[in-house]
Amino acid sequence: MDPRVEKLVQAFQTGAIDRRALIIRAAALGLSAAAVSSALRTAGVAAQDASPAASPAASPAASPVGEATLVGNPNIPHITDTSKGVIKFYSSWPMIAGNEQIGGDMREAVVMALEDYGNAAGGFALEYEALDDAIASTGNWDAGRESENANTAVNDPDAMVYLGTYNSGAAAISIPILNAVPMAMISPANTYAGLTQAVEGVTEPGEPDKYYPSGERNYMRNTVADHIQGGAQANWSVENGLTSAYILHDNELYGRGVAAAYQLYFQQLGGEVLGFEGYQRDAPDYLALATSIADRAPSVVYVGAVNTNNPGKLVQDLRSVMPPDQVTIVLPDGCFSQGFIDAAADAGEGCYVTFGGVPPAYLEGALGEEWVTRMEERLGHLPDAYATYSYEAAIIAIQAIDQVQEKDRAAILDTMFATQGFVGLSGTYGFTETGDPDKPSVFLSQIQDGQFVEVGYINPPTA
Amino acid sequence: MDFNASLFIQYLIIGVASGALIALIALGYTLVYGIVELINFAHGEVFMMGAFLALTVVGLAGLNADSSWSSIVGVALLTLAAAMLFSALINAGIDRIAYRRLRNAPRLAPLIAAIGFSFILQNIGIYWLGANPVTAPTLLPNEYRAFNVLTEWFGLDTRIRLRLLDIGVIGITVPLLAFLTWFVYRTRTGKAMRAVAQDREAAALMGIDINRTITTAFLLGGALAGAAGMIALFYNNAARFQMGFRYGLFAFTAAVLGGIGNLSGAVLGGLLIGVVWALSDGFMKEYIPAWGAQWTPAVIFGVLVIVMVFKPSGLLGEQTADKV
Repeated sequence: MDPRVEKLVQAFQTGAIDRRALIIRAAALGLSAAAVSSALRTAGVAAQDASPAASPAASPAASPVGEATLVGNPNIPHITDTSKGVIKFYSSWPMIAGNEQIGGDMREAVVMALEDYGNAAGGFALEYEALDDAIASTGNWDAGRESENANTAVNDPDAMVYLGTYNSGAAAISIPILNAVPMAMISPANTYAGLTQAVEGVTEPGEPDKYYPSGERNYMRNTVADHIQGGAQANWSVENGLTSAYILHDNELYGRGVAAAYQLYFQQLGGEVLGFEGYQRDAPDYLALATSIADRAPSVVYVGAVNTNNPGKLVQDLRSVMPPDQVTIVLPDGCFSQGFIDAAADAGEGCYVTFGGVPPAYLEGALGEEWVTRMEERLGHLPDAYATYSYEAAIIAIQAIDQVQEKDRAAILDTMFATQGFVGLSGTYGFTETGDPDKPSVFLSQIQDGQFVEVGYINPPTA
Repeated sequence: MDFNASLFIQYLIIGVASGALIALIALGYTLVYGIVELINFAHGEVFMMGAFLALTVVGLAGLNADSSWSSIVGVALLTLAAAMLFSALINAGIDRIAYRRLRNAPRLAPLIAAIGFSFILQNIGIYWLGANPVTAPTLLPNEYRAFNVLTEWFGLDTRIRLRLLDIGVIGITVPLLAFLTWFVYRTRTGKAMRAVAQDREAAALMGIDINRTITTAFLLGGALAGAAGMIALFYNNAARFQMGFRYGLFAFTAAVLGGIGNLSGAVLGGLLIGVVWALSDGFMKEYIPAWGAQWTPAVIFGVLVIVMVFKPSGLLGEQTADKV
């Protein structure tokens, strides 16, 4: 046995440290929880384990700190010393109105990630402040508030990492502000392609360079970009015989972007696009719009929108003139929430909704299932889909600080960008040179009896 | 391209139904403006409160599509009365708490107070039913929700769709408008309201209780907003704390378009906006391929600007003698 581990086990046996401290320190030495468990058994102290029959990774009764060492790159030692001072994380996403649960779950996931790592990394104590970028009058993100949040982080000398945003439009505001510093920004939810790469027919001219005035990248995300999601949706539509589409979007960067991606690939695959238009998100009803679409008799209606932009009411009105046996309705991950199901009510039944990644209810393996259980205990409900990626984003930042061990924004940014071999809740991934995850997957579900039911994983066209 | 008459009629039906609802709300704006010359920006939220109360009452009654027709009709009428009373009291309450104290203040003061109350009511709405849209209880069996009166009752072979809901919204709105007109033009209180609208000081000299008359106007406007709230709840099948904003904006525009302070103008403006809205959302793209629903607010406010430029007092604004 490694003499350092032996010393640790001895300290544990004599009661000098408790089980939690043991695992944190062992993790700092680069050992996985399973290795610590093995070391404990070798030292004949397994009887002290609260769950001796299983390794901490597999046991829900084991200390969370033990499990947390399994999420992240196992080769990066965790440092729990806090003598160097404080490093602060800021997050920015909507946490009121229709986003109260989504934003709240994301915040709680970050808190749990920090707790799992003992609120420490690289010799620093970690602090976290969750900022809200929504305003009460609309319940939606606001450009002024997002700008204020980004500047708050920039002007705090302890702030090293900015977690967010939820809305791609908000990211377009804060990326340039943080880029000038530079400060690392990692989003667990943005999917608009133009934030990281140029995709002809999908992104705007000048994107993504206009978001990075310094010429260097400071933004990454662990979610799937829209051109992949939209491409996969279009591919699935055509493969299933849906050959004519009417495409709607909510006029926001994300909604328009994912709708444009769907349109691009749908046409490339031979489908006919009968219309592409934005709808007014706060319109009282969409009967006239729905009637005009029904008059064109499409086989699929695509709605690129986030749930707070009224797609539930839009789907209700679409369904009032186009029953499910006539028209298929497809929506992107912005509608992958219980809020959408509630808003669409009966009209939502049968709609297809995708998610870029793996939703919490479908996380497999002990790691994923246990994470969901722990989050459910904290929240009282199944965590929102983006809580998973918030948890992982926080750990990516923690592990970068563990490596840099300095309060150096640029170095932490570079280290985060270089993340590879990160063991996430749904698989291992790293970042590409654009800051996107290198192993994207798109989950397709159908709403049945008021729930998202798995249809399978879908892929964009290969050519 | 040939003119598609049936599609045009379809959009007219949708527009008139939506416009009737807007007209009901616009009457509240115009009633209050006519008397105190205040644009009551909280009026949209008073409308939202009516919808929320209706949702709560129907939910408490525990009705669903399997309930008997008599109980559905009975509870619907009771809910309508409750929503009207509730919104009337809120509207009059706002006047009593804030506007009355600001009667002689600069005009900006009550305007800001109205915006403040608008936010307060929105937040009350969030605490009451949450931030997400709440779906209305299903009172009509599914086969009636898409029931086309023209084919089912009249046996017409047409693609035009006239739903029971469309008839319902117009059927409730028209009697309410008739009642309001009767009240304002045929009752003693209505006469007092018109007198206060024309010259408050002279009316006071004639023995009219100004505050009571103004309170009556707020009660009436609030009651109409409450009724509109309930109608909107079932017509749109949902209610949300922000629903008052767009309806309120359209209704205010309707009141200005028709000639603010003028009852008939508010109704005309409401119907016009409803029809323009439906045509822009659906019919325009028949002839202009690049047209989309995103242009609708621009069209509605464009119409308003054009009317204001050529007729600043609104479409029926010259009937100042009838101003309420």
